[in-house]
Amino acid sequence: MMETLVYIALFAPFAGSLFAALFGMGKRQVFVGIVASALLFISFVASVMLAIYVVKTGTPIHVMMMEWINAGDIRIPFGFVVDQVSVTMMVVVTLVSTVVHIYSIGYMDHDKSFNRFFSYLSAFVFSMLVLVMSDNFLGLFIGWEGVGVCSWLLVGFWYHKPDQPREVNPSISPSWAANEAFIMNRIADLGMLIGIFIIYWNTGTLQYDEVFAQLPYLPQWILDAAAIALFIGAMGKSAQFPLHTWLTDAMEGPTPVSALIHAATMVTAGVFLVIRANPLFAMTPEVSFFIAALGTFVAFFAASMALVNRDLKRIIAFSTLSQLGYMFAAAGLGAYWIALFHLAAHAFFKALLFLGAGNVMHAMHDELDIFKMGGLKKVMKWTYLYMGIASLALAGIPPFAGFFSKDAIIETAFNEGTYVLWIILVVTAGMTAFYSFRQVFLTFWGDERYKQYGIHPHEMYKFVLVAMSPLAVLAIIAGFFQPWFHEFITTLLPDYEMSHHTHELILVLTAIVLAFAVGGIALAYKMYAKGLKRDPKVENSFIYRLLANQYYIPQLYEEMISKPYAMISEALWQKVDLKIVDATVDTIAKFFYYTGDGVRKMQTGNLSNYLNWMAVGGVALLVVAALSAVIG
Amino acid sequence: MIGLEHYLIVSAILFSIGLVGVLRRRNLLMLFFATEVMLNAVNIAFAAISHYYNDLTGQMFAFFIIAIAASEVAVGLGILIVLYKKYGSLDLDDLASMKG
Repeated sequence: MMETLVYIALFAPFAGSLFAALFGMGKRQVFVGIVASALLFISFVASVMLAIYVVKTGTPIHVMMMEWINAGDIRIPFGFVVDQVSVTMMVVVTLVSTVVHIYSIGYMDHDKSFNRFFSYLSAFVFSMLVLVMSDNFLGLFIGWEGVGVCSWLLVGFWYHKPDQPREVNPSISPSWAANEAFIMNRIADLGMLIGIFIIYWNTGTLQYDEVFAQLPYLPQWILDAAAIALFIGAMGKSAQFPLHTWLTDAMEGPTPVSALIHAATMVTAGVFLVIRANPLFAMTPEVSFFIAALGTFVAFFAASMALVNRDLKRIIAFSTLSQLGYMFAAAGLGAYWIALFHLAAHAFFKALLFLGAGNVMHAMHDELDIFKMGGLKKVMKWTYLYMGIASLALAGIPPFAGFFSKDAIIETAFNEGTYVLWIILVVTAGMTAFYSFRQVFLTFWGDERYKQYGIHPHEMYKFVLVAMSPLAVLAIIAGFFQPWFHEFITTLLPDYEMSHHTHELILVLTAIVLAFAVGGIALAYKMYAKGLKRDPKVENSFIYRLLANQYYIPQLYEEMISKPYAMISEALWQKVDLKIVDATVDTIAKFFYYTGDGVRKMQTGNLSNYLNWMAVGGVALLVVAALSAVIG
Repeated sequence: MIGLEHYLIVSAILFSIGLVGVLRRRNLLMLFFATEVMLNAVNIAFAAISHYYNDLTGQMFAFFIIAIAASEVAVGLGILIVLYKKYGSLDLDDLASMKG
């Protein structure tokens, strides 16, 4: 019974994808979107039933679908495990995906590749479910690559758009952004693959439980190497510095994709990997501390870039980056359950935020510059409400979801005695509040700047707004489940409790974080609520330009990596490929050509000559036979 | 006493004569005669060896060859007549039309 549910949860999206693919190249058919959404809803229901089962019994469900690789000593079954961690991910993924699917029916309304979009979207959810449900590292890797491919397909969904210079469009074009995302992930995936090799080489298995059982018997340096290699993979998927540039560029994809893949689910795969492999990371404190430090750095680094950005979706993308940093900070400090809790809470409000941004984009005819918006709350009441809720949650204002999860992470940093991390995270919380509300105020408050661009915004379809409501509700109430979630998840994940000392200070700590968050909002209100006042002196200052250009990192990558790489490739093509590889192959071909041409003269057409040749052949065979008889 | 080797020597000589005929002759009719000589050289060898081993299989084979040679000549001569009617010559040097 439970096994059937596992398969339903896993394969319903796959069926949806195949179904939509049948109509992939055809005309827009609304029922394709409806069927795909319905199948995802089924998957969601199955996931919830599994969650209830796991909560009730506390025992994970382990199913083995088939023997997969059986060669010599290698034995890798294709199995799935539904335990506390994966069931949490399943519920989050399928819930957000269902909402995004229904949302897409409205959002992709006018797109001629409507059916194709649903095929990709459902395929993505299937890959993500394989990733989270697999009971071994190889299955995880398949899902990992699957979501990478789907991300590539979806970021480049509007592949027909032409390339533009970086000054006009920082992501250049959808197909460029898609390639960037894919290639950066490939680089990181190599690390991941090496990590898997190290694990297999030393433990002889890839099943999570068997691997973790063997970890205490391995030398420290192997553990470190495996942890580092796996984390490199996580860095790519979760867009951690220095592999972060793809995430903001991936905003070239349709907005539901940004909501589903680049905010709520796929980018959290890296965090999921660290949480899943927590026994490994718990045994490598140096690597874990590095993860925490890098996460904190990225949290601050991404938030700083969001402060000055003008692109609605990019601001949210930077905030995603920043929140992923928070999650890694928590995971690195050993608070795995807090990281997972923030992951789930973040998925809800970030998806909501992105879908709200999609509504705005839809209303503004694909205009994303918040300097050209303003005053939209009059025409888009519901979207304003949703984005307000999501921004409050993101800013960490109680009682919204983000408050509980983010506050717990910041407390963890304090509790661990890593005060530098704590200070950075607190400051970042203030910055988060500032940029979220800068965006809300610039979009929805103040003067109606869109009028001078001749745009007539309108609210999104009603069913879309209704579909978004579960996310809004969860963004408000998810935080209250924290104690319950804690109890549930720590039956599998290691518990993390604040020390007595932290407990006493908890009110002060919360007050400090809140003060920063409220201060950020107040500052944003003062600067932007009345309308947009641009100060050329500030905008031309070095720091502003540095932040607006993403620290010039994309340019740096272009100059230091892409261009030299292109030069080396060009040289290798001209010198090695053409002169050595091709030349060798050509020589072989020419040899046969010229010998053939030479022997052609044998064909005189005169039967007598042929008979002579035949006799020569016969004599030659006789000689060979005689010689071999004499020798052998 | 005429032994096996004598027969085989005759056979070899006959075969060589046939082979030279096949190689040197230009007239298709002569080529046919040369092949007949070669076939009968083999027949002699078969019969001789068959007798030597007291095994009738070789002699049976000789009969087969004679039968096949006869039918081959029947078909081949037919073709030759058609060729001669068409080209007015059976000289191989005149019949070379498929030059590579």
